[in-house]
Amino acid sequence: MIVAVTCAGKSIDSPLDNRFGRAESFILFDLENGSFTFLDNEQNLNAAQGAGIQSAQKIAKSGATALITGHTGPKAFKVLSSAGISVYHSSAKTVKNAIEEFKAGKLEKAPNPDVESHWA
Amino acid sequence: MTVAVASGKGGTGKTTVAVALVLSYDRNSVLLDCDVEEPNAGFFLRSKSIKKEEFSVPVPVIDAAKCNLCGRCADFCSFNALALAGSKILVFRDLCHSCGGCSLICPQNAVMEEKNIIGEIHSAESDKIFFVEGTLKIGKAMSPPLIREVKKYGKGENLTVIDCPPGNSCPMITAVRGADYVVLVTEPTPFGRHDLSLAAETVSEMKIPLGVILNRYGSGYKGVEEFCEKRGIEIILKIDEDIKIAQAQSEGKTILDVCPEMKDKMCGIVDKIQKGLTK
Ligand code: SF4
Ligand code: SF4
Repeated sequence: MIVAVTCAGKSIDSPLDNRFGRAESFILFDLENGSFTFLDNEQNLNAAQGAGIQSAQKIAKSGATALITGHTGPKAFKVLSSAGISVYHSSAKTVKNAIEEFKAGKLEKAPNPDVESHWA
Repeated sequence: MTVAVASGKGGTGKTTVAVALVLSYDRNSVLLDCDVEEPNAGFFLRSKSIKKEEFSVPVPVIDAAKCNLCGRCADFCSFNALALAGSKILVFRDLCHSCGGCSLICPQNAVMEEKNIIGEIHSAESDKIFFVEGTLKIGKAMSPPLIREVKKYGKGENLTVIDCPPGNSCPMITAVRGADYVVLVTEPTPFGRHDLSLAAETVSEMKIPLGVILNRYGSGYKGVEEFCEKRGIEIILKIDEDIKIAQAQSEGKTILDVCPEMKDKMCGIVDKIQKGLTK
């Protein structure tokens, strides 16, 4: 199973990016073997609208089935859930911590988006 | 001649001025209320709306039986109004700009069109004034197409006045575009100056001549005058701060009801603009 985590930097020790739509990048972490890859999100930083929708499609395409991020808005959440991706909101400091929380079963699956439009 | 009345922020008296301009004018005129999120010029004209029409824009619907989920439509849409999400294409109507591109690009002919009603157009006619207002449905974010539709009514009269949406973003620009002259209404406060400077910059970039009406004058703050002086923008009228005016407005009366001398001043402004333009 692959988990996508929003990342504000270029390493697994980088901070967890609170934003989803305009996250700097994503780390795709493979829970089976502990390996990970980066997914750039630069073009979305400049999206005039619907950045969350675009990011959500990107995650769906990447093959991840779970997402850990700070917050999600309603539109992104709709795309994610329709694509069968479980969303977990976390306030962990780093990407690594967030993955550890997830592995330890400390994160709860979000039933709903947690911010209004325009955040994500 | 089309005069757009705008302001950097709401509540400066933009509608007051727009209404006073057409009421003062002795010949036929058109007033277009393009402040579609909060149209209120009609309130002061006391005109009963005689005609109501729905206004809609086309938005896509996906025929799931034909769609093979290739995702081309979603890739194409630069407004992110379409998303490939698992086994379907999601449509976010409120982000759609009705460009029609998705239906052109779909190889399966799976993109149909549907009407999304985003507002209404009301029009009313009195002796000299033809009044049209657009009103956006609550929660709709797509004001420019509605504004453009309202503006279609403003052709061919001696004087067309547009009450523009406040601010200086897309809706304001849509309303102002094509006008012969822009009147920016502001107040003598630091905020007023700030918002005026942004709006004036936008209008200058559009290369439309502009003048300023300084409303609620008398606070002693000189920043707006200094700004206009520095930028070579003419202050075409100062309207003194007057409790009578505020009171009249809360009762649905116009500035002409309490300050009859305004009629001549407004006519003077129209004349002056006309002369300035034909110079
Ligand atoms: S382009 Fe047409 S076939 Fe492809 S996903 Fe969009 S609607 Fe479906
Ligand atoms: S009509 Fe244009 S803006 Fe609307 S969904 Fe299709 S491509 Fe996007």
